[in-house]
This record gives sequence, C-alpha cells and structure tokens, in this order.
Amino acid sequence: MCCSSGWGDVKVEGPFIIETEGLTKKYDSYTAVDNLTLQIREGEVFGFLGPNGAGKTTTLLMFLGLTEPTSGKVRVSGLDPTREPLRIKEKVGYLPENVGFYDDMDARQNLRYVARLNRIPDDISAKRIGELLKMVGLLEEAGKKVGTYSKGMRQRLGIAEVLVKEPRIVFLDEPTIGLDPDGTNRMLELIHSLSREKNITVFLSSHMLEQMQKICDRVGIMIKGNLVAVGPIQELAKKKLGVEKEHYTLEELYMKYFKEA
Amino acid sequence: MEDHFSSTRFLLISALIVMVGVIIASMVGMSIQEELKGSTKPTLIFLFLFTSTGKLFSFIQFIGFFGPLIGIILGFDSINRERVSRTLSKLVSQPIHRDSIINAKFLTGVATITIILVAIVLIISGLGIRLIGVVPGAEEVGRLAIYLIISILYISFWLGVSILFSVIFRSTATSALASLALWIFFSFFVSLGASVLSDMVAPTPVGQTQASPEMIMKQAQVQRIVSLCSPVNLYTEATSTILNPMRQTTKLVFVGPMEQLSMLRFQNPLPLLQSLLIVLPHLISIVAITVLCFGICYLVFMRQEIRTI
Repeated sequence: MCCSSGWGDVKVEGPFIIETEGLTKKYDSYTAVDNLTLQIREGEVFGFLGPNGAGKTTTLLMFLGLTEPTSGKVRVSGLDPTREPLRIKEKVGYLPENVGFYDDMDARQNLRYVARLNRIPDDISAKRIGELLKMVGLLEEAGKKVGTYSKGMRQRLGIAEVLVKEPRIVFLDEPTIGLDPDGTNRMLELIHSLSREKNITVFLSSHMLEQMQKICDRVGIMIKGNLVAVGPIQELAKKKLGVEKEHYTLEELYMKYFKEA
Repeated sequence: MEDHFSSTRFLLISALIVMVGVIIASMVGMSIQEELKGSTKPTLIFLFLFTSTGKLFSFIQFIGFFGPLIGIILGFDSINRERVSRTLSKLVSQPIHRDSIINAKFLTGVATITIILVAIVLIISGLGIRLIGVVPGAEEVGRLAIYLIISILYISFWLGVSILFSVIFRSTATSALASLALWIFFSFFVSLGASVLSDMVAPTPVGQTQASPEMIMKQAQVQRIVSLCSPVNLYTEATSTILNPMRQTTKLVFVGPMEQLSMLRFQNPLPLLQSLLIVLPHLISIVAITVLCFGICYLVFMRQEIRTI
C-alpha cells in the first residue's frame, strides 16, 4: 500500500519554535545524540523516525529539560530547558510510550490531578476536562477506574491528559501503538486537527511509517545518534529514490537511509 | 496524603495499633486500679500507664518495636511504585519542581505518623483517666509531649530509610526487604556486636586473675558506646528516661549495698527539665541521622535519570 502524500497540505512557513545547534549527549564513552542541528516550525507535525536506540527519546528528554546535554544549544519556545525547565513544562505536553495512570482513580480524577499540578483552578479545569473527554470519546467511561480501561482507552486518556494544560507543543511517543484501525484513524485525525486548527506543534516519534507518511509535514531520520535526513517526505523521496518515482512509501525511503548508515 | 489515608494498608496498621494500644491500656489501667484501691494516689502515676508492662509488653516497648515497621510500611514503595506504574515520567514532565515530589512523599509520611501517634496517645490517656481516675499534671503532659516528639522523629528516620531504598531500588519488594534487613540488623545484631567488640578491645580476663574494676568499667563503656550506634538503642534509652522520672541517668553505675539502700530511701523523681537534659544528646542524634538519611535520599533522587521508558 503506498501513497505519495497524506492530507495534501504541507506546512512550510512559520517561525521556529524548537531549535537545536550541535546538541550532543554522551553517556561515558557512548554517544547517544551526536551534534544534532534541527529546527522545528510552529504548528507543524514533525515525525521523528529511527531504529530503537537511535537517540530519539534522549533528544526528547533534552527538549523537556529532563536530561542535561553534554554540549550544544537547545531552545524550546525561546527558553533554555536546562535553565528554565518549569516554564517549558508549562507549555509542553509529553505523552510517553506506555503511559501510566493512577489505576484506582477514575479518568476525571486523573485529569484533575494533572490540572492541579499545572496550577489550573478547579472550575476552569472541570470544564476543560469535560470537553477533552468528549473529544477523545471517553465521556461515558469517565466515571470508571482507569485500572479497568483497555489499551486504546488509556492512549486516548493520555492525549486528553497532555492537552489539559493547553500546551503549545506536544511530544508524542508512539501514540498509535496498540490501537485498533478505527482508534488509529481517530488518533491521526486528532493529531492533524491539533496542528491545523489549534496551531499546536506536534513532535511525533513512531515506527508506524504508513501513518507517519499520512500526517507528517516533515520528517527527520535519526540513526545511531546522527540526524541523517530532514525535510518534507516528498523532497527526501525525490533526493533518495529518484525524481521520476511517482509512488513511494516512507518505508522504502527509510530502509534506504537505514541500510546506508 | 489522601493516598495514605484511603489505602487498605494504612487502615490495617492503624487498626492494629489502636487495638494493641487499647488492650495494653486497659490491662495496665485495671492493674493500677487494683493496686491503688483505697490508698491516696501517688504522683506521677499517669505515666505508668505507658511504661509498665501489661501481660507481654508495655506501650512504649510496643511502639519502640513496631514504630520502625510503621515507618517502613508507609515509605517502602513510595517512589518505585510510581516508576513501575509509569506515572513518574508523567509527574516529572509537569511544571513542578522535582524536589516537590520527594519532599511531599516524606512530609505526608511524617504527617500520617504524627496523626497516628497523637491519636493513640490521646486514646490511651482518655482510657486511663477513666480507669484510674487520675488526671495528668503539667509535668506528665510535658513528658508525654516530648515522648511523642522523640517517637515521631524516630519513626521518621525509618520512613526516610525506606524512601531512600525505594529511590535506589527498582523493585518494591527489594526496598521493603532491604529496609527490614536494616531494622533487624540494628535491633538485634548491634548489641551482639557490641559485646563481642568490647570483649576484643577491653577484655576482662577470667580465671585466676581478678578483673579489676577499671577493666570491667572499660568493657562496659565500650559496649555502651558501640550500642549507641544503633538508633534503636538511642530511642529506647531516650524514651524510657523521659517517661520514667525515677530514672536519673543512662550511664552505668556500680553501687555497693549501702549506697543502694540510701538511693532507695532518698530517691526523688527528676524534674522535667533535668530529664530533658539527659535525653537531649539522644534527641539530637536521632534528629541528625534522620536529616542525614533524608538528605542522601534527596540527593540521589534529584540526580537520577528519569528514564522509565
């Protein structure tokens, strides 16, 4: 199954909201992230691809200020994550892979807890939580304990939780893993609408290349700590697979880069 | 703190403590009642409620033994439970200072311990007043208050130990076992070690040569110093001194028969301030080790990489 473009529109302009320059992270002698220079535009959907252990999660942690870079600069929304992590975390939502919840509380209580940690007053958060639960389709099950939720429901609750603080940037690590086809489609539509309707920057990390091809404006391919390619999928395909190719998949493109590394 | 109060675990501990406390209090209360039938009540009897042994043990012995256990139970899975259920990475990406997480775990544990201990002491006091008909005087209340403070500090030390282990170890079972192992070590093995060490360092020869008083003293001193390394011993000495005004010193005193007789006749209970002075070094040591323990825990947590991926 191949498709050359997703929803058609590709965002190519706008100010940069995440910038890194020579960002490096070393653990003793092992280099997890090597000299990363990357700019991400506000409001775009950026896909981060790469094999396991390539340094994608480490990069994400450095954006959030959860890990200190060994060298290099990084600016998220104009702020330095090592100097002002709290202000960055007010604006950035992070959905890790296999996110956990407090199983003996229900969905609303979990969301309200996160809202309180973000210093959102209860009356405002109550309204927001209702809207978010409706958006992700969990309104009926909102009263049940999260321990009873299925994987798909947890993923959707994760997205709702990330949006509680109304972030400018959202980091999603494998958001569609484990979802059924309908859930996957809904999730992808949701991500797309976040970018187009709310101008939220979505930084996506996933192995589901078909889905990434559908929604990503640009992709970056990271192999062994190095960013080997970055740009809109069409451009990269032209460069790597040849100008004439009409139909290509992201998978072909990715495997080409992977084999070369 | 809602976490603590609504969990089954907490209910079980509190039920246990309240039950045992009430049983001891009623047994002791009734025996005191019996003894004092008809005579005028001597002073400072109220504290006997807490210090005299019922059928098996006294209240302070019970708290001394189970207190560490309570501290350990409240803290052993505080951080690694979050890690295992993957909520730690979520917490850490919210705009809160990372130290709020570890501070909160510790402070809510201390608050819970305070509430349990104060409640149980009040229950027993109430029961005691009802049973023996004596109302505590100002000095007794003061002693009880100091006892509560020392106990809360001591149990907080064990809370700190278990939280430290829950930060270091990934598995909740390991941190529970490590804390328990430490407790067993301090409770039982330090005194054993103390006597062995004192035998090696300052031996009293047996057999032909008579052991001189200096040698016996030296051995006893070494034994005592080593045993003070254990917080368990620090605590038991401190609490028995503060709650027993007749106890005037924690040091070993050798007395001959005549001196014993005169001590018996002229012994007066110690005023509160003096008892406090005796106990102050113990109190300071307990505070010091608690602060040290929490300090290490804080440092380790702040430096850890949160990679629960």
